[in-house]
Amino acid sequence: MSDSILQQPQQGVERPGSRWRARLRTQWPAAIALLPAALILLVVYIGTMVWTLRLSFTSSKMLPVMDFVGWNQYFRLFNTERFIISIDNIWVFGVLFIPGALVCGFMLAVFIDQRVRAEGLLRTIFLYPYALSFIVTGLVWQWFLNPTLGLQKVIHDLGFPHFQFDWIVQPTRVVYTLVIAGIWQASGLVMAILLAGLRGIDAELWKATKIDAIPAWRVYFSIILPMLSPMIATASVLLAVSVAKLYDLVVAMTNGGPGLSSEVPAKFVMDNFFERSNVGLGSAAASVLLVSVIVILSPWIYSQYFRRQGGRK
Amino acid sequence: MTQMVEPSGPMPHRFSWARLGIYLVLGIAAFFFLIPLWVTLMTSFKTMAEIRFGNILAWPGHFTVAPWGKAWSSACTGLACTGIKIGFWNSVRILVPSVIISIFVGAITGYVIAFYKVPGARVGFSILLIGAFIPYQVFLYPLVRIFSSLGLYGTLPCIIIVHVMFGLPLMSLLFRNFYSALPIELFNAARVDGAGFVTIFRHVILPMSTPIIIVATILQVTGIWNDFILGLTFAGRDNWPMTVQLNNIVSSTTGEAAYNVNMAATILTAAVPLCVYLISGRWFVRGIAAGAVKG
Repeated sequence: MSDSILQQPQQGVERPGSRWRARLRTQWPAAIALLPAALILLVVYIGTMVWTLRLSFTSSKMLPVMDFVGWNQYFRLFNTERFIISIDNIWVFGVLFIPGALVCGFMLAVFIDQRVRAEGLLRTIFLYPYALSFIVTGLVWQWFLNPTLGLQKVIHDLGFPHFQFDWIVQPTRVVYTLVIAGIWQASGLVMAILLAGLRGIDAELWKATKIDAIPAWRVYFSIILPMLSPMIATASVLLAVSVAKLYDLVVAMTNGGPGLSSEVPAKFVMDNFFERSNVGLGSAAASVLLVSVIVILSPWIYSQYFRRQGGRK
Repeated sequence: MTQMVEPSGPMPHRFSWARLGIYLVLGIAAFFFLIPLWVTLMTSFKTMAEIRFGNILAWPGHFTVAPWGKAWSSACTGLACTGIKIGFWNSVRILVPSVIISIFVGAITGYVIAFYKVPGARVGFSILLIGAFIPYQVFLYPLVRIFSSLGLYGTLPCIIIVHVMFGLPLMSLLFRNFYSALPIELFNAARVDGAGFVTIFRHVILPMSTPIIIVATILQVTGIWNDFILGLTFAGRDNWPMTVQLNNIVSSTTGEAAYNVNMAATILTAAVPLCVYLISGRWFVRGIAAGAVKG
């Protein structure tokens, strides 16, 4: 028990022991202070996630039951029309929204970076939608695109009676209106991120390209764009995650309608949890969401990790 | 058209078609960004008769503030006709404690992770940050069960705790990054002088944290005010925040929708984060930058 201490010379006993105690004394408050965070991590993030995964293998209806039905809920999920529509919609939304917001945000950043007047005002205008709730954005666009009283009527009154822009009530077009509202809200964020990147580029680079007489668009495409790739990656990840989270905007703007034509996975989960009493099915859909987000994130986390490893000293 | 390019100003540029093009593009973009706000504002000051027959873009011919009064105090949410003011005060009651507690917990966590070596803290922190990217739907149902079994579900403390929990990754990241950039000598000097964990935090670290506390406050105020899904799920009917009330007012109107009232309620809901945004200016952008480099 105390053999090792006894065998050591007298002086040696004192020092490591007291150092150990000193370290303990300084560490305990720190460890205690970390308790709330640790509890949140273990219970709220990991615990509930595992619980949801577990529920997705049960036959839970309104209340959770802890049986085991294998992959049944997943088979059911991919045979549910509502979920298939949701998946289709989120693909269309993501494929249009992410590049759309990136391109708009990049263009805005480049144009604002041309030493324009009223830069502060313009930046404020482009970024303000990002400060709004998705509920507000959804309701505002719902009203603006209202086919009988909104934009379509304005164009009709201008003398174009055959102008058609009633996408928000067209089952095959409604998802595009979500894309428009989404880009309106998010491109300011992309602009802010990329503008910070553009401002960090050395002025010498511009002088050099000027001497070589490279046209500005070519500089942007072949030199600036690659230099901005970390910021573009960050923006893309943020946008991609917001696609997986897409819920509030749909609830406010279309509530999944007309019919089921603008349903999205996050809404499918919520509806099955809290309205349709299908906890098992909802959990399976939530697990699918979880796996897709992890698939989206993993290359980015991987590259971030390696960049940090390589970049540090 | 050339007026835009050649007024007297601090930085005169010679007229060129390229610059005209730049201003044209920016002008059109600004128009696209502002027009929904314009339409919303105009609609909220019109009478329903004018909305039915007029132009959605036009200035109100018959200017009225009645829709605003109705939106605030007597618009119907399907259950009761008490306006959006209840939602406003609910949001305030949720917001204030949530912001204070989440910033406090975030600051402590960031402080520990930046300065102390606690086994497992780094790994835990990384997992926590990944958690910030995962949709709430993955956590919601078990959380509801947990809060029900504690008898807290659908109460004010419940939604406050939920905001603190889901605010933790971003808050602790903000503070961790800020504290990591402080010189470690500062911390060591205090330790040599015999200051303990609490003393260093209170008298050395906290007084230096004002900038990051401002950024965190801006992020949390706008984030929690704009939240919909957590408020809807956890706050309970009596504590529903303004965004939930707004959605109920707009979507559950029977008969003809009162668009002017709806739009007034929408602007009232957007007012708080918009004010924060306009007043805070560059701080808001700083917060976005800090939040954007997650992970």
